[in-house]
Amino acid sequence: MAKLNRLQMAWRAAQDLQEGMVVNLGLGMPVACSDYVPAGREIIFQSENGVISAGPLAAPGAADPDLVDAGSRQITIAVGGSVIDSTASFAMIRGGHIDVTLLGAFEVAANGDLANWDSRIPDKGPLVGGAMDLAASAKAVWVIMEHTTRKGAPRLLDRCTLPLTAPACVKRIYTDLAVLSVTPEGFVVHEIVPGVSQAELQAATGAKLHFAPDCGVLLSPDIADAG
Amino acid sequence: MAIDKRITAVAEKLQGIKDGATVMLSGFGGAGFANTLILALRDAGPRDLTMVSNSATHLLGRTQVLIEANMVRKVICSAARGRGKELSPFEEQWKAGKIELEVLPQGTMAERIRAGGAGIPAFYTPAGVGTDLVKGKEIRRFNGRDYVLETAIEGDLALIRGDLADRFGNVTFRGTQANFGPAMATACKLSIVEVFATQAEAIPPERVMLPGVFVDHVLAVGGR
Repeated sequence: MAKLNRLQMAWRAAQDLQEGMVVNLGLGMPVACSDYVPAGREIIFQSENGVISAGPLAAPGAADPDLVDAGSRQITIAVGGSVIDSTASFAMIRGGHIDVTLLGAFEVAANGDLANWDSRIPDKGPLVGGAMDLAASAKAVWVIMEHTTRKGAPRLLDRCTLPLTAPACVKRIYTDLAVLSVTPEGFVVHEIVPGVSQAELQAATGAKLHFAPDCGVLLSPDIADAG
Repeated sequence: MAIDKRITAVAEKLQGIKDGATVMLSGFGGAGFANTLILALRDAGPRDLTMVSNSATHLLGRTQVLIEANMVRKVICSAARGRGKELSPFEEQWKAGKIELEVLPQGTMAERIRAGGAGIPAFYTPAGVGTDLVKGKEIRRFNGRDYVLETAIEGDLALIRGDLADRFGNVTFRGTQANFGPAMATACKLSIVEVFATQAEAIPPERVMLPGVFVDHVLAVGGR
């Protein structure tokens, strides 16, 4: 069985970003997507702290602590980009000007419910950030997440057990085992990694899976994940 | 006498900040934290503050020094989780029941501040609808979709970081320094901006990012 690593999951999601899209990337795996956009495809990456057209990370020595993305990473701005304040950034988000937001998740339900902000770690404070604004108002919410917990419990469920970020918002899911969409019928599987059967994928999932007629193989290049 | 909002020391300006005041601190991800002013406020020592800041504690900002000095009664923020497994100064006091927390979607927080400075008492937003965060708040349907009523936040003091300021209090920002700063400046009775440098000469009008109308004092602190 060839589970994807975190960077391979980001790579797979990045292949589905189309020329000209305005895309917001969440913390964790999603921010890595910008490294794997196919060459020549121009995507406008918006970062919630007010960056439009976030570029690659700043080179060592050229980093500017006054220029950061939503993950506090010192970045560059791509040609054609701009900077706005938080109120304008969230006007952009709430106003429906973001084509796709790619977010991490603890759990996703078969109706598209998303839980990604409060994992109920004892005594650690909640972290909502911009996730609720993004999940409520982006034109499409895509999720990159591990298919199961480290202990093997499913994260794709009939109903979320953790507090919701937004109801019925997720459209696509990229996991380490499969690519799925959320439809009125529930989860539909479009690709599965080599060596995992439909029955095995179903066993790793906490809700009924439907398999697309053209369900294919989820292949990705070798990418070392040092993290 | 000509307008001149440039100051060389801030301590005296903070003397009017009373116990129970609401203080807004700009800053996101290491950019735009008014760390010099925050330390000055700690030295001024008002207590029972409500602190409005995107992060309750941040590795690269000094918002936590007010918490560590036991000056904060309530935090309004979007990010209350410290990095790492150890508890942050905020999390320690929150766990002990010494600090009240109001956690908000980041866009809701920004818009509540903007509304506070713009004469808008409340507004409806889709963010948070269907979640635990809006329990008890009014929900109203517009055009077939549910929205939650959120009220404006006004403050007594805003501490903001910018890049350049002129004698009129006009401010520019560099990189992503602006974040919550311009909105906070509009929403507070007293707004102080620390900048890399101040100048007597006016900043060209079209380059001003925060007009001096919203700014009371500017302090040059270097450190670009």
